[in-house]
Amino acid sequence: MNRHLISAGDLGKDDALLILDTAEELARVSERSIKKLPTLRGRTVVNLFFEDSTRTRISFEAAAKRLSADVINFSAKGSSVSKGESLKDTALTLEAMGADAVVIRHSASGAPHRLATWVRGSVLNAGDGTHEHPTQALLDAFSMRRRLGGLEGRKVTIVGDVLHSRVARSNVLLLGTLGAEVTLVAPPTLLPVSVGSWPCEVSYDLDAVLPKSDVVMMLRVQKERMNAAYFPSEREYSRRYGLDRDRFAKMPDDAIVMHPGPMNRGMEIAAEVADSPRSTIVEQVANGVTIRMAVLYLLLGGETA
Amino acid sequence: MIIRNVRILGGEPVDIRVENGLIAAVTPAGAQPPAAGDQVVEGQGALALPGLVDLHTHLREPGREDAETVQTGTQSAARGGYTAVHAMANTSPVADTAGVVEQVWRLGHEFGHCDVHPVGAVTVGLEGRQLAELGAMADSAARVRVFSDDGKCVDDAVLMRRALEYVKAFDGVVAQHAQEPRLTGGAQMNEGQVSGRLGLTGWPAVAEEAIIARDCLLAAHVGSRLHVCHVSTAGSVEILRWAKSKGWDVTAEVTPHHLLLTDDLVEESPVGAYNPIYKVNPPLRTRADVEALREALADGTIDVVATDHAPHPVEDKETEWSAAAMGMVGLETALSVVQEAMVETGLLDWAGVADRMSAAPARIGRLSGQGQPLQVGSPANIVLYDPSVRTEVDPSAFASKSRNTPYEGMTLPGRVVATFLRGKPTVLEGKLV
Repeated sequence: MNRHLISAGDLGKDDALLILDTAEELARVSERSIKKLPTLRGRTVVNLFFEDSTRTRISFEAAAKRLSADVINFSAKGSSVSKGESLKDTALTLEAMGADAVVIRHSASGAPHRLATWVRGSVLNAGDGTHEHPTQALLDAFSMRRRLGGLEGRKVTIVGDVLHSRVARSNVLLLGTLGAEVTLVAPPTLLPVSVGSWPCEVSYDLDAVLPKSDVVMMLRVQKERMNAAYFPSEREYSRRYGLDRDRFAKMPDDAIVMHPGPMNRGMEIAAEVADSPRSTIVEQVANGVTIRMAVLYLLLGGETA
Repeated sequence: MIIRNVRILGGEPVDIRVENGLIAAVTPAGAQPPAAGDQVVEGQGALALPGLVDLHTHLREPGREDAETVQTGTQSAARGGYTAVHAMANTSPVADTAGVVEQVWRLGHEFGHCDVHPVGAVTVGLEGRQLAELGAMADSAARVRVFSDDGKCVDDAVLMRRALEYVKAFDGVVAQHAQEPRLTGGAQMNEGQVSGRLGLTGWPAVAEEAIIARDCLLAAHVGSRLHVCHVSTAGSVEILRWAKSKGWDVTAEVTPHHLLLTDDLVEESPVGAYNPIYKVNPPLRTRADVEALREALADGTIDVVATDHAPHPVEDKETEWSAAAMGMVGLETALSVVQEAMVETGLLDWAGVADRMSAAPARIGRLSGQGQPLQVGSPANIVLYDPSVRTEVDPSAFASKSRNTPYEGMTLPGRVVATFLRGKPTVLEGKLV
């Protein structure tokens, strides 16, 4: 495997399956009463978060701690970064402290690529701007595989703000690698103009796609899009692209509903749908820790002292 | 002084005799032995071109002397074979008054590495609200003829119309930075396949093309001269071709980097993905755009090559992409890039290069002492260039204060051997005098 995990596109099929299979083994550890493994004892993992994301940060933190790594949380707020320190200087500081892995969340697309040119340790992308979020895609694939058995030939529909979604980009790449058939559904304003060149199908009509879907993944609609003429109103968006009870009923009986969270209940997803037994939303959170353990284990574990 | 054994525009070897800053004689090589007391420069068969003229240079002084000064910028120009540059107005303070343009002009005059012709801002503070005192700048010692809010578009149609009309009184030209601001909010790179994959906000071609179309129509309506800065798309070329076919007085420039580089470099390059060394405005476009721009420069639809030399200090580029400054230095690599993109491909001969990089920009800027053919009576503005060598671009050798070149490590053809400004050498054997 690559030293870094920056894009889901960096993972070949064997790499991706190795991560999922490793996560499957590690999941058994999570079921024990003592959840800790000694694998990364003495290794340092830095959580470098330039964007608030408590969910993702604690997921990485829990994963690293279960593997006995030392964890340093570095949040941009109240640190030297808010005093104007550059990403490069922050990187060099972490390097001097001997970070074996840096988990970075940043509002700028490509920040992990830049970081990787300045540090020797592994760089794990925990979400960069509107680019990618590869561990989210891995945990989504893991959740789907657990529910559906396998991903080959499965029809996955991703609905919402694809243009600004790092989750969508990573999922399109990873699910394609794993043999699933992805369809993106969104109003045309929320799709990249070049989406036709992506390795997936595209539709503007959610109702037409739902009956053929094994998985429906709803994306969060960001508040700041609502006033920028991407769509006329929240209600219109919800009517055309929201997963409400009626639409849910059109899905095949064994199809599942996913959401990377946090949700706008009543906007892109109805509360009843989010809370239904066919929703994997809570499992996704638990699987997040497991998949991040697998990634840390595979990136760092190979060279244990 | 006598410059021996050079080939004007690639022709037969000649000697050029220079007296009082003018070309006094052009004779077949070796026909006239040097007289006693003559300074002799051995051309060794180098190509001789008229001194290059840049319509679009950012010298950064006043305000950003950490990035470039008039002194280092004009030294950089001389090393690139330039004998005149137009200094863009987006300094701090903005060159929107006679005082600022005269300061820049005087600094250029004092250092003497090349002529500096300040560009005046079209609007006060480049804010696009009120016309700057264009007449005062035109009448100043700097004799400004080119006006531009470069870096920002004069997007208000009425203001643009008035500016185009007003400069007719002193034969000025408005050089438009064509970028519809509402279509490019937060734009980071060319909108296309690469931006879609990289999750970077797109800068659509239509934002340039819509303004160019509008401005061509405005210029035709009021009977003015329009110059379009750094044309970057195939669609812009089509609009310009149409405007020229109508006989309208529209000229356009293309940068060396838009003739050679594409937006793929943002995703994949020897210096890694998302490296802001490739961040520039307008952005690098696609291969199809590059091909259309080359063709347009060859057939004259695009009149000139202008560098858009945009120096930035290291820390403004060693950042994440969205935080980085836009722009590339270009003076010291322009001729090599044009050779690579236009001459090596057979699209332009050296006479064509001389036209696009010297005669045409001098004509647009109304510079009477620049861009003249190398013949008896012309000012001795001459660049000697050896097109036969290929060398790796080494930014540490630049005279520019800044190093933000996208060509680092690339092998490019040609080397400027010497530059003469009205007979005075500014560069000899590739080094500043």
